[in-house]
Amino acid sequence: MKNYRITEHPILEFKRGKKKTFTYNGELVEGYENESVLAALYAAGIRVFSKSKVLGNPRGAFCMIGKCSSCLMEVDGVPNVRICTIPVKDVKNVKSQSELANPPATSSFPGNRPANINVDVLIVGGGPAGLFAAIHAGKYGANVLIVDDHYFLGGQLVKQTHKFFGSRDLFSGIRGFEIAKKLVNQIEQNSNVQAVTQTTVFGIYDGLTVGAYDHKNRRLLKIKAKQVIVATGASENYLVFENNDLPGVMGAGAAQTLMNVYGVKPGERALIVGAGNVGLIVAYQLMQAGVDVVAIVEAMPRIGGYFVHAAKLRRYGVPIYTSHTIKKAHGKNYVEGATIIAIDSRFNEIPGSEKYFEVDLICLAVGLNPYSQLLAQAGCRMAYIPELGGLVPLRNKYQETTVSGLLVAGDVSGIEEASTAMLEGGIAGITAIINIRGKKLKDAFMDREKMLAKLEEIRSGPVFERIRKGLEKVIVSG
Amino acid sequence: MADFLSTGIIDAQTLQKLNLIPSPERIRMGPVAIIECPQEIPCDACVAACPSHAISKTNINSLPRIDFDKCTGCSLCLLACPGLAIFVVDLSPTNGKAYVTVPYEFLPVPKRGDKVALLDRAGSEIGVGEVVKVFMSRDRTYAITLEVDYDKAMSVRAFKISSRR
Ligand code: SF4
Ligand code: SF4
Ligand code: FES
Repeated sequence: MKNYRITEHPILEFKRGKKKTFTYNGELVEGYENESVLAALYAAGIRVFSKSKVLGNPRGAFCMIGKCSSCLMEVDGVPNVRICTIPVKDVKNVKSQSELANPPATSSFPGNRPANINVDVLIVGGGPAGLFAAIHAGKYGANVLIVDDHYFLGGQLVKQTHKFFGSRDLFSGIRGFEIAKKLVNQIEQNSNVQAVTQTTVFGIYDGLTVGAYDHKNRRLLKIKAKQVIVATGASENYLVFENNDLPGVMGAGAAQTLMNVYGVKPGERALIVGAGNVGLIVAYQLMQAGVDVVAIVEAMPRIGGYFVHAAKLRRYGVPIYTSHTIKKAHGKNYVEGATIIAIDSRFNEIPGSEKYFEVDLICLAVGLNPYSQLLAQAGCRMAYIPELGGLVPLRNKYQETTVSGLLVAGDVSGIEEASTAMLEGGIAGITAIINIRGKKLKDAFMDREKMLAKLEEIRSGPVFERIRKGLEKVIVSG
Repeated sequence: MADFLSTGIIDAQTLQKLNLIPSPERIRMGPVAIIECPQEIPCDACVAACPSHAISKTNINSLPRIDFDKCTGCSLCLLACPGLAIFVVDLSPTNGKAYVTVPYEFLPVPKRGDKVALLDRAGSEIGVGEVVKVFMSRDRTYAITLEVDYDKAMSVRAFKISSRR
């Protein structure tokens, strides 16, 4: 069997854990304990993870982080499990689902008795914003619970191998996955903060009662919190073009997860769609993983990401086609090539300008979308703000939404970047503890003022112009 | 002027205009950092990295400024810069050669004495150089010093090992 695992990497060492076998549609597959089931299957060469409902076309996996549902399978008898969010360690038999799964035979959740939990501050999402919120709320004495649907904390920091921008007190110059380790370490040191992983929050109800399902222990959690901070991040956008559902078309972040978290090579030759920071960074990281990047296409007339990220690709000869878009993915069961085409200033295709590339991987880096359904469900006033990536909640500068006791932080409140997400998290965490303990916490107020000032300083730069415009529409006073 | 933002390639003249290039006299005196970071982005890693306090920013978004008289060419900023945008150039050799130090984060890692293909800012091969120094930082960024022809010192910004994976 072919093995797509990366054995040597200039930056990373992969801690895959012990070897472990499981069955996939009855056949034995070899994986490693710490890999996601999806990564193990991908490493074994499996590229089709579902079939389209109507035509039965093969579908690949798109997000690799539990946000797109293109990898639902039956795992040890439980249908509709997102196999990108569970470790090989926990599984025995995995089966692909050719049709929609049958509803469970009983109307109750499978498994154990529900648990009731009471906390001061519940944080939904263990990425940079959520971790910062937990650290700061915990620091001032709140009893904090973090809930995350993945099987380890860190959110998307864990796949960032590049060093971060931002300021020194927010880890500038340190690689993203190292920052994740530092933050998780701080959480583990603080006895006020607990975390449960592999647990999905499905609803926020009256009086800040939160419903969650713990997949690992198969039980329902009923969490009563004095304050809730939603830091659920974002999902990657799709793009419409011919054959965009062929296996081998995936989110750029998904390729990043495969190669940097699990050490699995997502392809041999890649085309990147989108020259924002995500596209540029992932292109460079693909090269580090030994993948040939044949080109980057960008619909706008100029590169959207930072000059320095573009420059480090250009000096290795990677072409960036601005005012170009992808027209078509070629291939029958998986991507074998891509056609790009030039577009004019009104985004009309210019016939005759097509170019063909032989590739087996097409990475879409065409923006992120705030993962904000939970906030809408909870009754927050929401607004569609294109500058912030989609539907986001109205809030004040302390990150409080229009629902009392419900706060937000990070990409779910508008797509920005990790350093602003961390600051928002810190501000939300402190606001939560101030709301609980009242005005006595002098240091907390000062701490929060400092973070507000820092946030404003970072956002004052020209690259934040669009974001500033968006924020004006959603930050309300009060 | 904003053209480099649409192409990702900047030229030496534009860097000169932005005051990012030291005087010829200074480069002839020995190694000095050249910061090719011409866009206001929120980052201060180079400021924090310099032991000689040669780099400054008026706020987190402003362009980095470097005091070429304070710079010792130690390469620590080059190793810390998340944008891999800092290079160290040394025109002090008198044998018609110059030294250019570039950041490197790929495999394989070259050895002293290796001959490598020199690349300019657009990725074009512009000759062959020799690796004269290999230094790894704690977080696995390498600073690779190349001996190149004197007149290529302001053009060489990367290199390629023919057997690169
Ligand atoms: S090369 Fe050394 S002395 Fe010069 S600016 Fe960089 S860190 Fe400072
Ligand atoms: S560390 Fe690099 S990217 Fe950051 S400001 Fe300095 S030169 Fe620019
Ligand atoms: S939910 Fe698993 S790939 Fe998207």
